[in-house]
Amino acid sequence: MVVAGTRPSPERRAVIVGIGATEFSKASGRSELRLATEATLAALADAGLERGAVDGAVTFTMDSTPETELARSAGFGDLRFFARAPHGGHGGCATLLFAALAVESGSAHTVVCYRALNERSGVRFGQAGGYDPGEGAEGVRLSWLTTFGATVPATFAAILARRYMHETGATSEDFGRLSVLSRRNAATNPNAWFYEKPITLEDHQNSRLISDPLRLLDCCQETDGAVALIITTAERGRHLRQRPVEIVAAAQGAGPEQEGLSIYHRADMTDPAESRIVARQLWERSGLGPADLDVAIAYDHFTPLVLMQLEAFGLCGRGEAGPALRDGFFNLDGKLPLNTHGGHLGEGYIHGMNGIAEAVRQLRGTAVNQVAGAHAALVTSGGAGPTSGALLAA
Amino acid sequence: MSENDSIDARPLARRPPPRTSETAFFWEGIDAGELRIQRCSSCDAHQHPPRAACLSCGSLELSYDVVDGRGRVYSYTTHHHPPVPGPQPPFDVILVSLPQGVRLLSNLIDALPGVLRVDLPVEVRFVEVQPGLTLPLFAPSDPAERPDRRPATGR
Repeated sequence: MVVAGTRPSPERRAVIVGIGATEFSKASGRSELRLATEATLAALADAGLERGAVDGAVTFTMDSTPETELARSAGFGDLRFFARAPHGGHGGCATLLFAALAVESGSAHTVVCYRALNERSGVRFGQAGGYDPGEGAEGVRLSWLTTFGATVPATFAAILARRYMHETGATSEDFGRLSVLSRRNAATNPNAWFYEKPITLEDHQNSRLISDPLRLLDCCQETDGAVALIITTAERGRHLRQRPVEIVAAAQGAGPEQEGLSIYHRADMTDPAESRIVARQLWERSGLGPADLDVAIAYDHFTPLVLMQLEAFGLCGRGEAGPALRDGFFNLDGKLPLNTHGGHLGEGYIHGMNGIAEAVRQLRGTAVNQVAGAHAALVTSGGAGPTSGALLAA
Repeated sequence: MSENDSIDARPLARRPPPRTSETAFFWEGIDAGELRIQRCSSCDAHQHPPRAACLSCGSLELSYDVVDGRGRVYSYTTHHHPPVPGPQPPFDVILVSLPQGVRLLSNLIDALPGVLRVDLPVEVRFVEVQPGLTLPLFAPSDPAERPDRRPATGR
């Protein structure tokens, strides 16, 4: 990984050497600790590493399984590095940033990044009332929204979507085309919840309104499951079971008047500045640009916010994501295949960690919807919130 | 559309917003029938929601202006599902742009069906939505876009 212009020697660069996951379901029937443990052991087996080799662990602040509990359950060695990425799914690629900084600095040799959640059978993020933010700064921030019935993430996103439509001319059908694309890719992915269940644009238009203009099929799934990733240095990764995938760059970003989704007090609230801040770091550090990408994995919490991210990352011009989707630019046989696993809309919602795993499969050449000769992949962790992203290559 | 505040039919009440050293002046203003917007005592910049310091100049000396509560809808949504504490779906959430250069999130009330749009002119109403909780809600400024009945009650 490149940090602030300095690139470590090739053997010290951070690589992803293992990926593991549970099934993606609506009722796992077991604890989040158990899910995290299963995914981690699967990732270690994928890498060909012993449990005791792990000396670092990174998860989300929202995760219910502390690093030490995973270590006690999965049987790690002594831990030398543990950290947590904030802001929900927006922290997905930040876990890669933290792990890469750890292994490249020598703070740890082998780091597990993980996320486990029973988000359908347990606490559902899309329902009101399950979360008490308290009366500190975050509780006050949310109170300016919840007091007026803007209580669920779909409502926050809908207000951005409506303004985006007003400014760019985007339509609900434009949003729907992303949903159709995602479900088409999921339909040929046996690990996807919506395997063999594609939808039509008409299905999208007929799905119930959640927060207008968002319909049910504009919203990500709620999923039970876990994903784990193993990060080490290229030198160590060379001798393991899989082709290493380099973390060429990973970055976080927060912009003016940054809030989680409700970026209503920014001069231009349909500009996800946080995504542009991440993008600029990724391009500057890697020397790559949008034209160098073979595949893109964009965090799909709500379809309109994906369109805004695609534009902020420069994959298409402002207001052009809808037309690009219409023209097939992001299809499997298009110029830049997008969310080839089906995304959160089609595969499952593991807070973006399943998207990172898909990017690794694409770069190994083992994805079910494989993009021929994929060398470089972009992964985003969502727009309109304090976010992160990563550029992976093999 | 009307907010249709029928307290008895509602399973969950709104949680009253926290009143902190930053926000108390706003909610005390609402209780007094005033819409107060934070203003920096040093550089006169307005900001909302209230902060601990002036975002423009960094001053900790903050005051407020009482504003007339006329603005325009900057964006909006009509919420249908799931149920939430407070208003009964479907209800309108609006982001109101005030001439002071700030935006407030609120609800649209006393509006004829179909009038909600970006740039709709609106004006504030102070509505007791549940016992002890008054909120600044907004109605169309043009009487022609309000139902033909006594305005200003929010009911």
